[in-house]
Amino acid sequence: MKAFTYERPADTAAAVRAVARPGAKFLGGGTNLLDLMKVEVETPTHLVDVTRLPLSDIDDAPNGGLRIGATVTNSELSNDKRVRERFPMLSLALLNGASGQLRNQATTAGNLLQRTRCYYFYDPSKPCNKRVPGSGCSALNGYNRIHAVLGGSEACIAVHPSDMAVAMAALDAEVEVQSISGTRLLKIADLHRLPGTSPQQETNLAAGELITAVVLPTPPGGGQVYRKVRDRASYAFALVSVAALVEVKDDHITAARIALGGVAPKPWRALDAERLLVGQAVNDDAFAAAGEAAVAGAQGHGHNDFKIVLAARTVARALADAAAQRKG
Amino acid sequence: MPDSVIGQPLDRVDGKAKVTGAARYAGDTQATGRLAFGVIVTSTIGQGTISGTDTAAAKRAPGVLMVMTHENAPRQAAFKHAGEDRHARPKPQLTERVVHHHGEPVALVVAETFEQANAAARMVKVSCKAEPGLYDFNDAKRLARTPREIEESKAHSKVGDFDKGFAQGAVKIDATYSTPYQNHNPMEPPASVAEWSGEKLTIHSAVQLVHSAHQSIADTLKIPPRNVEVVSEYIGGGFGGKLPVYADAILAALAARELKRPVKVVMTRQQMFEMAAHRAATLQRVRLAADGEGKLTAIAHEVWSQSARMDEYTESAASSTRAIYAAPNRLTRHLIVPLDLPVADSMRAPGDAVGQLAVEQAMDELADKLNLDPLELRLRNEPAEDPEKNIPFSTRSLVACLKDGAERFGWSHRARTPGTMKDGQWLVGMGMATAIRPNFRRPASARVHMDERRHLTVEMDMTDVGTGSYTIFAQVAAELLEVPVEDVTVQLGHSGYPKTPGSGGSFGAASCTSALREACIALKAKLDAGQGPGNLSAEGKSEPGDEYKKFSQYSYGANFAEVAVDATTGEVRLRRMLGVFDAGRILNAKTARSQLIGGMIWGVSSALHEAGIVDPRFGSFVNNDLAGYHVPVHADIPASLDAVMLAGFDDKSSPLGSKGVGELGICGAGAAIANAVFNACGVRVRDYPITPDKILNGFLRPNLAQQR
Ligand SMILES: Cc1cc2nc3c(=O)[nH]c(=O)nc-3n(C[C@H](O)[C@H](O)[C@H](O)COP(=O)(O)OP(=O)(O)OC[C@H]3O[C@@H](n4cnc5c(N)ncnc54)[C@H](O)[C@@H]3O)c2cc1C
Ligand code: SF4
Repeated sequence: MKAFTYERPADTAAAVRAVARPGAKFLGGGTNLLDLMKVEVETPTHLVDVTRLPLSDIDDAPNGGLRIGATVTNSELSNDKRVRERFPMLSLALLNGASGQLRNQATTAGNLLQRTRCYYFYDPSKPCNKRVPGSGCSALNGYNRIHAVLGGSEACIAVHPSDMAVAMAALDAEVEVQSISGTRLLKIADLHRLPGTSPQQETNLAAGELITAVVLPTPPGGGQVYRKVRDRASYAFALVSVAALVEVKDDHITAARIALGGVAPKPWRALDAERLLVGQAVNDDAFAAAGEAAVAGAQGHGHNDFKIVLAARTVARALADAAAQRKG
Repeated sequence: MPDSVIGQPLDRVDGKAKVTGAARYAGDTQATGRLAFGVIVTSTIGQGTISGTDTAAAKRAPGVLMVMTHENAPRQAAFKHAGEDRHARPKPQLTERVVHHHGEPVALVVAETFEQANAAARMVKVSCKAEPGLYDFNDAKRLARTPREIEESKAHSKVGDFDKGFAQGAVKIDATYSTPYQNHNPMEPPASVAEWSGEKLTIHSAVQLVHSAHQSIADTLKIPPRNVEVVSEYIGGGFGGKLPVYADAILAALAARELKRPVKVVMTRQQMFEMAAHRAATLQRVRLAADGEGKLTAIAHEVWSQSARMDEYTESAASSTRAIYAAPNRLTRHLIVPLDLPVADSMRAPGDAVGQLAVEQAMDELADKLNLDPLELRLRNEPAEDPEKNIPFSTRSLVACLKDGAERFGWSHRARTPGTMKDGQWLVGMGMATAIRPNFRRPASARVHMDERRHLTVEMDMTDVGTGSYTIFAQVAAELLEVPVEDVTVQLGHSGYPKTPGSGGSFGAASCTSALREACIALKAKLDAGQGPGNLSAEGKSEPGDEYKKFSQYSYGANFAEVAVDATTGEVRLRRMLGVFDAGRILNAKTARSQLIGGMIWGVSSALHEAGIVDPRFGSFVNNDLAGYHVPVHADIPASLDAVMLAGFDDKSSPLGSKGVGELGICGAGAAIANAVFNACGVRVRDYPITPDKILNGFLRPNLAQQR
């Protein structure tokens, strides 16, 4: 770990000013950034701690929506009564992530911006385009069991590891950001980028932009499910995860949402599969077809081939469970 | 006083010190001088030679006291490939330009603070000329050879005519199983604090074998052993991973001598994957043939295991197969596959832990083919004597373990046909497996003092790796000298104390309590003769006699598991598990149970979770932290997991009747789970660990998977 300086600004304006300094970075709970600093994958020279900014509240927004402050911890968010009632898939996604200790420490913004768990990314002695652009991707022909089957490129097949962000993608959340020049709102679908030829650019945030909140719009109707498939019962990243929502009327599907985690460089909305479902009768064939549609065009790289079929099956199952919730 | 203090489920005598932080582990040592901190720099290639080092920037960095590389490292004794005690061999560091494996130490940076040393360590530039290395175990058979460092008779065995016996069988299994690398990951990493006073070195180091470490360190530094004191009072888990002396100890000692001040060196978690030993990956071919009644006519177990080219090690996975079941025709073979990987060495129940993953799954496959209850198959093949050595067993209660376990577990409720027991989306199944582990004993010595208040102090260079050594020694001394346990102070882990074999191979308890018993008897004789109490001391020594040649000695057990398999995703969840064991006389029912369930949980890990992944392009372990290297977490282990110990006493093992218990629990545990997975969903996974992708594969290709 390299030596660095540290400050804790009192308000957001001061924070965005402080981070303008070269080599400066925001520090949330530190559960990802500090680990990366220890292995010198991240080498900021100045840390701007945002955890004491007045961004730790969850406020009601119009029509049942919520505005989640950027420093609300994963534990607080998962336990919030409004979240559990109106956005159960979000609470479940959070509770399926990391461990109790980590969730107590991790913040909402930090979770969105956590970096991939690709083994080679973590080892500075190995080629990695995300860490050192142009050095090559060690995972493509290496051990890629945890890597992407959707949305990757020749340059990078890393997966975005967040569970929370998958549920937020299904819920059409928006991200509120602030910079020296003012504030703006981004759709969560526009927050993360696909790697293309520049995997080092992971988001559409400009340098120095501070995430101040995540806004959840009006809660959707229908049953909600978050299903995470992993190698052990807890404290493991998703092999595949699915946030699913199904609204049923008269045994027919009136609305559906599907987002996948563990399969792509960003939380992956399966819009085609959603469209396929609307108007269909509730039955396993429809869900299986949606599962297939969700992984259309997916490409395995050897060790991760299984994710394609696993994702299709898990989507189908999650949809069935979500539909059953509202029927029962 | 209760009837017998020995055997009581007493709390650990060192428990309070541990939970309050009073117990000082090696890395906690407060040196007398001002402590400096060393950080190791490791090679990022797997094979080659160092062509140059650039330490200028590191030397200029704040707080840096020294940078040691092969260019300026002090002279040390040469490494020896063979040795009577492999853990007492010299372990020279930074003496060669040759890189033997990825993650090998290439430099040490010492600074005033840990942070300064750590920052400067990354500034050391070691350039290497990489050469192609052999890293891929899948080439196993092509490269395999007979081990050189163990006797031929240990590597291979033959009884009768296997080929003929196999041909005669009515029902046969010929299956190959694979087990992955497992990396040592005790909570406490290897750590050392070294301090010199003139010619004399005191080194606090997390080592299981104090005596071997003492010799290794003295010889490496080329100084007389009397000038070295090794201290290892508390150890945060050993499991075989702290049998060897590693770079942390040698480099701390060298740097402390150069700098004339104490130096601490601790391995990082990532470094442990390559600098500490690992369990070798294996390929195991098991062939079983039985007559129509399920009596084995032939059994063969052939093992290919990885070995480091720089230091040979054989994973003796087939050795207990020589005694597990009766069969007139038998064959075992061990071959090693020398690769340019980090050094393989012992890990909890070396050999047996992985050997029984194969043999005990093969037995389940045979039972399935015979349409026989797998438990019944074991009962039908119970040998009357050791089937290869043709000598009697000292004791053998496998049948009792099997029957008792079946009764307690409700084995009769197991569905005969796989995939037929359902619970919602879950497919539920039960499996069982035999556990067998050789019993060892080694020479040991002990000293007991009694003061005027009849308070006892026991001294041995034995260690307590979390197993409960402190506690059982207190119990033994208390009983034999008729004092309350509270009046016994046990002092372990100093090289100045009487010599013992240390912690390893589950031989510690039987070896050390035998010596301690002699010391107590000697002290009692002095008391009876009218001496003391007060200022009274006695020593005792013991070594195993002929009983180890005349009798075949093993501990036994039976593991039962119930699992649920998710019908959509192939995720496996353990629901219940029970082990019933016979390890002779139990010296402390509480610490022994902890050892057994700890072993069983590692069996769960071997079956479902744990694997060190080598990238064959680099020769490196890629998943080198605890986020990527999976072991079970609480949520994986059901509340209903228990170990039952049958009453036993093996007078051939030791005068107190105990046998090794620390490694028994892991034996067969993983196979019971693999067999339960098959019973639950009909998928046979022969490539451990059984992760969801492999089960899913079986769901999609049922004909391939079931091979029925
Ligand atoms: C062992 C382990 C297991 C885990 N398992 C899971 C899992 O199963 N599922 C899962 O989803 N996650 C998992 N996590 C990841 C965990 O959720 C993240 O580490 C955590 O959410 C990051 O939040 P933080 O506040 O600690 O972020 P930090 O580490 O503080 O920051 C992360 C990044 O966000 C930036 N940042 C922080 N706040 C702001 C802000 N307000 N505006 C702009 N940028 C900001 C930082 O500069 C940094 O780049 C695991 C982590 C570990 C260590
Ligand atoms: S997948 Fe991406 S992060 Fe991983 S090695 Fe390739 S470029 Fe680096």
